[in-house]
Amino acid sequence: MIQISNLHKSFKKNHVLKGIDLDIDKGGIYAILGPNGSGKTTMIKSILGMIVPSEGQLKVDGEDIAKKFAYRQKLNYLPQIADFPGNIKVSELIRMIIDLREQTADHEPLLDTFGLRLYLDQKLSTLSGGSAQKVNLVLTFMFDNPIYILDEPTTGLDPNALIRFKELLKRERDKGKTILITTHIMSFVEEVADEIIYLLEGRIGFKGSLDALLELHKAEDIEHAIAQMAKTMVDV
Amino acid sequence: MFKILKYSFYDLMRSKWSYFYFLFYLLLGFLLLFLNNDVSKGIITLLNIVVVLVPLIGTIFGIMYFYNAREFTTLLLAQPIKRSHIFLGQFLGVGGSLTLCLVLGLGIPFVLYGLLRSGAIWDFSLLLVVGACLTLIFTALAFNVALGNTNRIKGFGYAVLLWLFLAIVYDGLFLLSLLIFEEYPLDTYALIGSMANPIDLSRILILLKLDISVLLGYTGAVFKSFFGTSKGLIIALIILVLWIVIPVRLMVWQGNKKDF
Repeated sequence: MIQISNLHKSFKKNHVLKGIDLDIDKGGIYAILGPNGSGKTTMIKSILGMIVPSEGQLKVDGEDIAKKFAYRQKLNYLPQIADFPGNIKVSELIRMIIDLREQTADHEPLLDTFGLRLYLDQKLSTLSGGSAQKVNLVLTFMFDNPIYILDEPTTGLDPNALIRFKELLKRERDKGKTILITTHIMSFVEEVADEIIYLLEGRIGFKGSLDALLELHKAEDIEHAIAQMAKTMVDV
Repeated sequence: MFKILKYSFYDLMRSKWSYFYFLFYLLLGFLLLFLNNDVSKGIITLLNIVVVLVPLIGTIFGIMYFYNAREFTTLLLAQPIKRSHIFLGQFLGVGGSLTLCLVLGLGIPFVLYGLLRSGAIWDFSLLLVVGACLTLIFTALAFNVALGNTNRIKGFGYAVLLWLFLAIVYDGLFLLSLLIFEEYPLDTYALIGSMANPIDLSRILILLKLDISVLLGYTGAVFKSFFGTSKGLIIALIILVLWIVIPVRLMVWQGNKKDF
């Protein structure tokens, strides 16, 4: 599905990614973890082609993505903050994205799931952070594509929406989708993630299942295991 | 690309600034005709306003649009759309709507004043063509500045400085250099110097067409003696088009290697 080999990225003098090798070959929910500034967003934006790598190769479905754009048909991306043009209405934005992607979309049930029907005629700039994030989720999940990339999807969601979102995630996983999620909320990771990818200072520190992580660090929960890992890796 | 153009265009057509720009030209057209009471004289006055103001408005609109549409751009970048099409579409959306405002805003008063029955119709058309070129040139330059500067304040400052340089400072420096080196043959130098600034080039282009030698100035006179009126016109127009093509290529190139 997604192969990353020797990925480097520098922003001027700031060397953010220092040789990432990653192979994601089957469906499931992958949690990408790591402290702030460890390169999580840079890595997923590289997969999307929004960031041009300094070095290395990225492949999606076996195809090198450098300077390509059609492969993004298979990718649904949820950006970090609800980064939307403020002066258009929710319904217009949904229509516009469908028109631009030229794919069939199923947004009606999602509007009910997140209770967004009342907001359809509102401009995006007038929405609260949580509601904007729900719109973000609808835009991401309305297309039926094999790969989902979600950058901090839980930001601003109320408990009710969070429960609905987790149900949605599990449903998509059961359909065999590959879902990459960055987050800082460990309870969320424990609940949904199949695999954990831990980034520290631009390198992959750990990749494997939750149980393997707990086993490795002899920790009783993921929070301690992650803290332990950050410590030992810095010590080395 | 056309879809992006469409959405950028719709977006601008809903912005009150587009109407402000349109009304400004409408008012300017009526005012000039009212004061001059003659279509041909109106065109000469208009020329001096067009070559300075159109670039300024293109610059400011271009830079404002690019920074305001940043969220829209990042949203588009995650879609299966070619990068160059995103920037070209937005550029044509801004350039197109500004050109429409210019053509309609100036066109309506002149047509009402009997432009179509006067002999000045071709002079006026050329003025609009030059205005459209200047709009596209300065919008493209502004997009380039915006792509190179993530900081909005800096980007805005650089863009306005660029306009100030080409519209005002350049002429002064150019004249000064001509004075300093007056003992040397300066024909080729003056020719290149006037081609290197789209505003100067536009002024010469219109004056060549109007055939008013008094207003041509030194560079214009060189242009005329070197190429003759009709050949000079065509060459000036070709260079003006190059002034659009090169910044647009540069914009696409910058857009392709930028990180978002």
